[in-house]
Amino acid sequence: MLICSSNLTEVFAFSFYYFTMQEDKGSELSLLQGQIDELKKKISRLENSRKDQLSIAIVSGDMDRILAAMIISLAAAAMDTQVKLFFSFWALSALRDRKKKAKGKNFISKMFGIMLPKGNNNLKLSKMNMAGMGPVMMKYLMKKQNVLSLEQMFKEAGKLGIEITICEMSMNLMGFRREEMIAYPHLRYAGAGTFVAEANESSIQFFI
Amino acid sequence: MTTEELKSVKIAKTVDARGTACPGPLLEAKKAIGTVKSGDIMEVLSADEGTKVDIPKWCAKQGHEYLGTIEESGFFRIFLKKQ
Repeated sequence: MLICSSNLTEVFAFSFYYFTMQEDKGSELSLLQGQIDELKKKISRLENSRKDQLSIAIVSGDMDRILAAMIISLAAAAMDTQVKLFFSFWALSALRDRKKKAKGKNFISKMFGIMLPKGNNNLKLSKMNMAGMGPVMMKYLMKKQNVLSLEQMFKEAGKLGIEITICEMSMNLMGFRREEMIAYPHLRYAGAGTFVAEANESSIQFFI
Repeated sequence: MTTEELKSVKIAKTVDARGTACPGPLLEAKKAIGTVKSGDIMEVLSADEGTKVDIPKWCAKQGHEYLGTIEESGFFRIFLKKQ
């Protein structure tokens, strides 16, 4: 009887010990699960804020700078990186269509229209422009070296789905009208907020 | 792969991008890779020095296997295996 009772207490002690251990393990597991869930949330947030996306704010209307922006964009698009270009200020010159005209402009807007380059074929170089000789020479060299012209680059960009956003404010400021801009497949008009929001998601941001 | 191995390898598609400068060959490679089956070997011909360095990076990003480059007179033959 004595032996039996001692055995019983042993059994009780053991089962007590066993169950508390199990409970400990259970709470540890749920703690770990909680931490994993938290990490998963953080990772998804990080992934969303670092998309495989390139954002460029293009402000300059110089031929060399627009060229740099377009070459980098095309290379990025070839690597399946989403590309979003924001054209603002002097860069609008590159998106003007040489053949299109807009009516009903005031005097200042007309002057802007006359004095700024009309289209990507008429841009100036930031250095060695030499009253238009520089760009002519550059275009000759580019053709000789089989570099795509700006016009061809915009065509390729359209095919690759590169998005171009035109700064609405710059349009108003310089008096450009939508009807005188190039026909580009992924063209839209927006403000600086759009650029900031999209650049925030991009893993690469440039300012040219 | 060594040059000898590359020379004897079976090529499923050859992309001749010798007529374009940077980033032309990359664009050509991107266009052509869609027409190649997974596991097949594609060859890019380029006269542009930069492409020799760019294609391996492009492969690394897209998950293709860069096999190597053979230098010919005036151009490069760049080999890669589609993932």
